[in-house]
Amino acid sequence: MIEMSHVSKWYSSFRVLDDCSLKIQKGEVVVICGPSGSGKSTLIKCMNGLEPFQKGEVLINGISVGARGTNLPQLRSRIGMVFQNFELFPHMTVLKNIALPQIKVLNRSRAEAEARAEQLLDRMGLKVQAQKFPAQLSGGQQQRVAIARALAMDPLAMLFDEPTSALDPEMINEVLDVMVALAQEGMTMAVVTHEMGFARRVADRIVFMDEGAIVEDAAKDEFFGTPRSDRAQLFLSKILQH
Amino acid sequence: MGFDFNVLWQYKELLLHGLMVSFQLTLVAIAGGIVLGTFLALMRMSRLRVLSALAGLYVNFLRSLPLILVIFWFYVLAPKIVGHPIDAYSSVLITFILFEAAYYCEIIRAGISSVKRGQVQAGLAMGLTHLNMMRYVVLPQAFRNMLPVLLTQSIIMFQDTSIVYIVGVRDFLTTADVVANSTNRPIELYTTVAVTYLVICFAASRLVGRLQRSYAL
Repeated sequence: MIEMSHVSKWYSSFRVLDDCSLKIQKGEVVVICGPSGSGKSTLIKCMNGLEPFQKGEVLINGISVGARGTNLPQLRSRIGMVFQNFELFPHMTVLKNIALPQIKVLNRSRAEAEARAEQLLDRMGLKVQAQKFPAQLSGGQQQRVAIARALAMDPLAMLFDEPTSALDPEMINEVLDVMVALAQEGMTMAVVTHEMGFARRVADRIVFMDEGAIVEDAAKDEFFGTPRSDRAQLFLSKILQH
Repeated sequence: MGFDFNVLWQYKELLLHGLMVSFQLTLVAIAGGIVLGTFLALMRMSRLRVLSALAGLYVNFLRSLPLILVIFWFYVLAPKIVGHPIDAYSSVLITFILFEAAYYCEIIRAGISSVKRGQVQAGLAMGLTHLNMMRYVVLPQAFRNMLPVLLTQSIIMFQDTSIVYIVGVRDFLTTADVVANSTNRPIELYTTVAVTYLVICFAASRLVGRLQRSYAL
């Protein structure tokens, strides 16, 4: 479904992505981890063309993200994305946040879009918050709204960019629970995260990045059992210490 | 010597008309300035170098000149360009729009820049087109952020309209001056003009202050 081949990206002379190749099959959950500054977020943002890249190719269901003729808005509308800082639209209510993209991008009627929004909010346990503004919600609630907003577009796959990194510890689980449920329903997911508990529970594969390169791409058990690279071993020993 | 404020009553229609001219100049210049300023801001932020350079040149050029010079300059130059005389009112109105647009451009540009990059990314990631993303995500937030500065600039503009005195447009100050000379009551008239400007500008800036506080979430 998502296929990156030999993607490289430079900020002037600094190479942020170094010949990255990665395949994500339909229904697969791939966790991308690595030290900060290793290019994880940049990699995931290349998948929906939010970050341009200079070399290589990204295909979504066979359609090239970087090609000139590609209708990027249409392509992006089928790939949900969840950001570290939620990025809900602060001037709209929770309901409108979820309804507006459906109306403007999928041409759904307002009633249809709001019904879908309410259904998803109900699923997230946030139905009573529909008329509130994002700033009135906790971080965990905001992130669940952001997930609902992405799901409302009926995406083929979901991209998560450190979805729990900006959350207080007690709110991390409410967001992870939603993500686990999604994974168990068979959603195709690429998740940048340091939450190794989540990775152990639902990931099919773990991709480890360092200095812009994909150092290791292994099945979950293989990765946690015996990571092949020294860098991945060191990283795991550091974050699994406590 | 005594003060005689009866002259105000006597010339009230003339003076009120002058005040209306001041308001009209201000409002039309604000509207025109914001429209032109938005275009200039979008040009300045454009990825096309030519557009951003042109807009940058325009803005920096006008912001480096005193308003009074631009008014004089346009007043004598414009008729030569278009080939027929232009009335003073139209001349200053166009000057104000051209001049204020340079200032509004920078305010609007700052407003657009104040919206976080993540918001742009979120809008695009949802599949919104660039235009819809600007319209529904960025501009409402930008406008909200820049409203206080926009209004403050407009208050300054209201005061600046009194400069039209130099080309004889009958705004509030010019009218008062004419009345003052013909009745020999300059103190009464200038004081009235001062108090009127004070009340209007003070009330407007209090309103801006309240807006700012209600936005500070």
